[in-house]
Amino acid sequence: MGASGAQRTPLRQAVQIGLIFGVVGVYLSLVGMVETFHGRAVIAGVISLGQALLLLTGLGAGFVVARRIPKDRPWHSVAYGALAGSLAGLVLFTLPLLGNFVHLRSMFVNASPTLFELLTFGRGLVRGGLLLLVVGAFLGMSSVLILRIPRRILRPVGVGVTTIFLVSLFQEQLEIMLAGPEAIEEIRRFLFDVRGLTIPGASFLLVVTAVGNALWTKYRESIRQRANQLPAAGQKSLRALLLVAGILLVLILPIVTGSFFAQVLVFVGLYTLMGFGLNVDLGFAGLFDLGFVAFFAIGAYTAALLTSQGPLGIAHISFWGAIPIVVLMSLLAGVMLGVPVLGIRGDYLAIATLGFGEIIRLLVLSDFLRPWLGGSQGILEIPKPMIFGFELATPQQIFYVTVIFCVVVAYIAWRLRDSRIGRAWIAIREDEDVAAAMGINLINAKLLAFGIGASFAGVAGAIFASMVGSVFPHSFNLFISINVLALLIVGGLGSLPGVVVGSLALIGLPELLREFSEFRLLVYGAALVAMMLLRPEGLWPEPVRRRELREFEPGVQPVAEEALAGTKGQVEVERL
Amino acid sequence: MIAIQRIWWQRLSFVNLFLWAFRIAVIVVVIWGTAGTLMAGKYQREHWIFFTVFGLAQGGIYALIALGYTMVYGILRMINFAHGEVFMSGAYTAYFAAAALYNSGYLNRHPLISFLILLSIAMSVSMGVAVLLERIAYRPLRYAPRLVPLITAIGASFFLQYTFRGLYGSGFKAYPEFDVLKGDWIIFGVPVLRTQVLVLVASVLMMVGLYTFVMRTKIGTAMRAVSEDMDAAALMGVNVDRVIAITFAVGGAMAGAAGVLYAMVFKQVHFFMGFVPGIKAFTSAVLGGIGNIPGAMLGGMFLGLIESIGPALILDGLGIVAPYQLKDVIAFTMLVMVLIFRPSGILGERLAVKKA
Amino acid sequence: MRRLNFLKIFVALVLVTVGAYLVPLAPAATVGPVTDPIGVVKIGKGEPIVIAWWFVVEGPDASLGIDTKRGVEIAVDDIGGKLLGHPIKLIGENSGCNAEGGVTAATKIAANKQVVAAVGSNCSSEAVPGVPILWKAGIPTVSPSNTAPILTDPKRGPGYDGYLRTAHNDKVQGRVAAEFARKVLKANKAATIHDGSPYAEQLAAVFAENFEKLGGKIVAREAISPTDTDMRPVLTRISLGVPDIIYYPIFIAAGGHVTRQAKEIGGLKKTALMGADGMFSPDFLRAAGPAALGMYHTSPDLSPEALGPRYVEFLKKHEKKYGEKPLAPFHAHAYDAAMMIFEAIKKVAKTDAAGNLYIGRKALRDALYATKNFKGLTGILTCNQWGDCADPKIAVYQVVNTDPATWNPGVNPKKIWTPYVKR
Repeated sequence: MGASGAQRTPLRQAVQIGLIFGVVGVYLSLVGMVETFHGRAVIAGVISLGQALLLLTGLGAGFVVARRIPKDRPWHSVAYGALAGSLAGLVLFTLPLLGNFVHLRSMFVNASPTLFELLTFGRGLVRGGLLLLVVGAFLGMSSVLILRIPRRILRPVGVGVTTIFLVSLFQEQLEIMLAGPEAIEEIRRFLFDVRGLTIPGASFLLVVTAVGNALWTKYRESIRQRANQLPAAGQKSLRALLLVAGILLVLILPIVTGSFFAQVLVFVGLYTLMGFGLNVDLGFAGLFDLGFVAFFAIGAYTAALLTSQGPLGIAHISFWGAIPIVVLMSLLAGVMLGVPVLGIRGDYLAIATLGFGEIIRLLVLSDFLRPWLGGSQGILEIPKPMIFGFELATPQQIFYVTVIFCVVVAYIAWRLRDSRIGRAWIAIREDEDVAAAMGINLINAKLLAFGIGASFAGVAGAIFASMVGSVFPHSFNLFISINVLALLIVGGLGSLPGVVVGSLALIGLPELLREFSEFRLLVYGAALVAMMLLRPEGLWPEPVRRRELREFEPGVQPVAEEALAGTKGQVEVERL
Repeated sequence: MIAIQRIWWQRLSFVNLFLWAFRIAVIVVVIWGTAGTLMAGKYQREHWIFFTVFGLAQGGIYALIALGYTMVYGILRMINFAHGEVFMSGAYTAYFAAAALYNSGYLNRHPLISFLILLSIAMSVSMGVAVLLERIAYRPLRYAPRLVPLITAIGASFFLQYTFRGLYGSGFKAYPEFDVLKGDWIIFGVPVLRTQVLVLVASVLMMVGLYTFVMRTKIGTAMRAVSEDMDAAALMGVNVDRVIAITFAVGGAMAGAAGVLYAMVFKQVHFFMGFVPGIKAFTSAVLGGIGNIPGAMLGGMFLGLIESIGPALILDGLGIVAPYQLKDVIAFTMLVMVLIFRPSGILGERLAVKKA
Repeated sequence: MRRLNFLKIFVALVLVTVGAYLVPLAPAATVGPVTDPIGVVKIGKGEPIVIAWWFVVEGPDASLGIDTKRGVEIAVDDIGGKLLGHPIKLIGENSGCNAEGGVTAATKIAANKQVVAAVGSNCSSEAVPGVPILWKAGIPTVSPSNTAPILTDPKRGPGYDGYLRTAHNDKVQGRVAAEFARKVLKANKAATIHDGSPYAEQLAAVFAENFEKLGGKIVAREAISPTDTDMRPVLTRISLGVPDIIYYPIFIAAGGHVTRQAKEIGGLKKTALMGADGMFSPDFLRAAGPAALGMYHTSPDLSPEALGPRYVEFLKKHEKKYGEKPLAPFHAHAYDAAMMIFEAIKKVAKTDAAGNLYIGRKALRDALYATKNFKGLTGILTCNQWGDCADPKIAVYQVVNTDPATWNPGVNPKKIWTPYVKR
């Protein structure tokens, strides 16, 4: 990308960048984001989210120009920034212009008069259009200038502005958190009004975060040094304390933040469980399973049948009594799936397992099995888990149940990875034929991977059934398989903390932004693409993977010595 | 070493037993069901003919999409999950032209020209989307592990779906009909819908065209070279980037054409229309053998036939209620059966040699 | 070791904050001028009245949720965005048309103490787990599109005390369809198709049960997937039983395919076709084309004499605001649900001298349940003791012209049978 860019003249580049950003602006407008987000204020009465979006487009054009064009001639780059910005404005202006003559809306549903009014600042076509050009030029210019501000000042201000943006994005969550005692209510009223952040609230946030960031930058080094100067024992206890504080924080979090946050964390936990399961299949053994939802469904339905108080329940046992049976059933299901697909590899395996997921969903939905599984009407009246006669009903309590299971499963997965079978799996992942030649029993190892992976997902299914209180076939669609796969890759394939990070990013974050759910999958899709382009090894990769992926890239520092020294992640094939 | 071998074979035979049991069980169920259905004599000969015709027509649609799929697949060896969305984008965009032509009356006065207009719009939009997709989402990841572009493809699939939903709205649009394509033709005494004839003819034409393109032209040779070994092809003077871009362009154009034909048959378009056909096309491509162009055709036909005949033939005889709800169950079971007996599809892989 | 002290202070601070949250709040039985057994929402002067919706607005079922959401938004517009001098703030949750989506959406709404009432959900599978979560927080919810009988069943349990719906119970519509087929069309043999959604499955089952009770015979009970496009094989199978009527209460996309393709099957040329309100829309005529001619539909009576002008006006507003026609059949129900809530708030809300508004939660719920002779878009609504508020005037319509432009319920499709059964 960079190589071809160097040959173009700055003028051509500026024009190109301006046009591209203009098209992005048109895209955002036509998809409906600008108008919808215009209803949400970042700072009440000052700027709306939709305006901020367009603003960012203009600024973005300037930034790209400034980064591409050599810095030795400052005034040139300012001029080019202005050019790119105004071009972006011009492209954007074609929208209301065209809308004025053609009935755009018969094709693009979002090309509404409100949008055009928004784009022309409500000042009519001519004056609004001119204003758009001027604003574009100004934005392009200013972002070039902004980049020239010393980092010492730029960074705290940038952090402050980002904070304001984030706070306004998560306003709903924060407001719910800040509802409570009168003193806390006061804080809420200071920060937010009906529409968005208040002006004093926003300025307060800006100042606090900017100053905080500046102070942190200033003292960061000395704090780190002092921590390093501590005696070894002190450092150890410091680390332990930080760990304890972290765990404490996780445990307290749902109480402080309320039941919705806890609910989101429960989903994150369930996906983490499934992620651990798929990680055994795909991350350790390299078995590509695109129908992982099947085991989640089997777990949920087994638990539902065993515990339901309704007419479809067969055993009426407790949640805890059902768990071992659920584990057994899903393990069996995993092995049963494993046997026929043993000889199938790669993408063929992916499509075969995808088929398995669909088969399970269709079977539980079918009229054929309706007398036993409830068909589309599902299984109802599933009781919540009980402990000593105490019902675990609130999201917070379910959260703790999920955390316990996650910890247990993570421990099992961790021990498995470093065990003899774990190394066998990794060998199979790297090369099946060589692994077989080394004497690894492929069949046992593969079946074990399928079974163990499935049992983790089965546990997640059981918790799910008990938490929701009912199971319906529509909860078990292909998207769950896709989500689990995506979170695994985004987190970092094969890495256990990666699974947690991945599900926080792909399940937790979108859940918190439910308010924007109309655009959730749009942004989710774009984010997946961007993630993979920028960080193909995942957010928290295994050291081995990172090395593999970054090996050939120029300019990347070799991996830290300690990672190389440890034998943990290394492929070490042992004869079984 | 010999001792190890023996243990290995001993254990293998146990699993082999299980595998054979599975195969025999499936075959017994199939035969049992088929016998039951045929003995009951519920269906007449004409019904089976109808099922076959319907299956072939549906298979033709799958084959149309699978052709483009399998080409991209064979050359890059990546699951282009967003292919269904490429297919949707062309058909959906062409709708607006179709509606305008229909409202002006031009559509039925000059059906052939109108059809060509629609085709060209759909093909160019789909081609554009496919090429952009390759440029932005896949090209930078060409040397990344195979799962990484798969995730990008999934992301792109969502992104495209919801982009088109945002642009054109979330309702569905009804494609106007060509008067010449209404009703059916009698072929060998069997009434076949005209649109279905169109699809079958088009899919055969497209298959032949694509096959010739890949096998006979210079660029086709370059494609095969890239699919064989990308680096070696580059060393031999093949412009890999360009060849892959052309592959995507051709695959996209095929998807666009398939989209218009799909719309002719089913008369509805909406933003979600590409997802299920995309998965079915993927299945067809795998069934026929990845990268194998006649295989994609065969896989599509096989899938269409199984979906159409399978439930009535197999499940009915077993006394299963609402058998057509379970048609995908049969289709996927058959897929697994095919893969057990032929682990790389019915016709095997052609475009590339398997690299494990 | 000074670091450690720092951490101790931090931990202590966290604990104190947690403690502050854990101190039980005094049960808000009496706030201002209002006393309520469950709780009171206090809305300060100028602050908004918060109404929540929980609909499915993403994924394959999104058109259902977007349709109902727009109904609610138009209702807010129609009262000028204000109620009793307070602005109305809509917050929304995607409920995904599945049980877990219902749980999350309901949990989030319930966490917001300012929410007065909710409109939703769309799918009955969302309502089953979601409604008790809302009601635990004292939030009543009115659903525009749940039709599952279980939700207003006398045995549903106290968790559903805050639940009402403006959608009609499947039991009513399925019975009308069966009676029409048996008594008017004199059909002896019928076939049903559903698409695996709880709505269609339930309706098909109710139809079959009533049809058999009336002495008819069900010759086929088939099912398809909503994403299927080729219905010819399943229709061929149905044709074996030579049914007099096929009842397929599914949605527009698949329903269009069934309608078109039924005409292409030799054995079904004389078979009557019948759908339900899931595809009672001009879009259905587009989807089904000429094949829709003569087909029957059951749908709530939207006769132009009684409700037409207002509905036509509603459609105009819709087109103007969103640039397209309604996407699904429940927008008017959603509009009515929102209006019912506004009415009930007006009845129970009290304002004090400072301009603060107080709404008792139990009182609001009771006011909703007491809704009587409410003139909605979908009919005159009166709620029974289980929260069924729909005006179950289900009529049977027949398509007489397949041009979507002539769509005008009552004329085309022509209203041909009005049993108006009693609840």
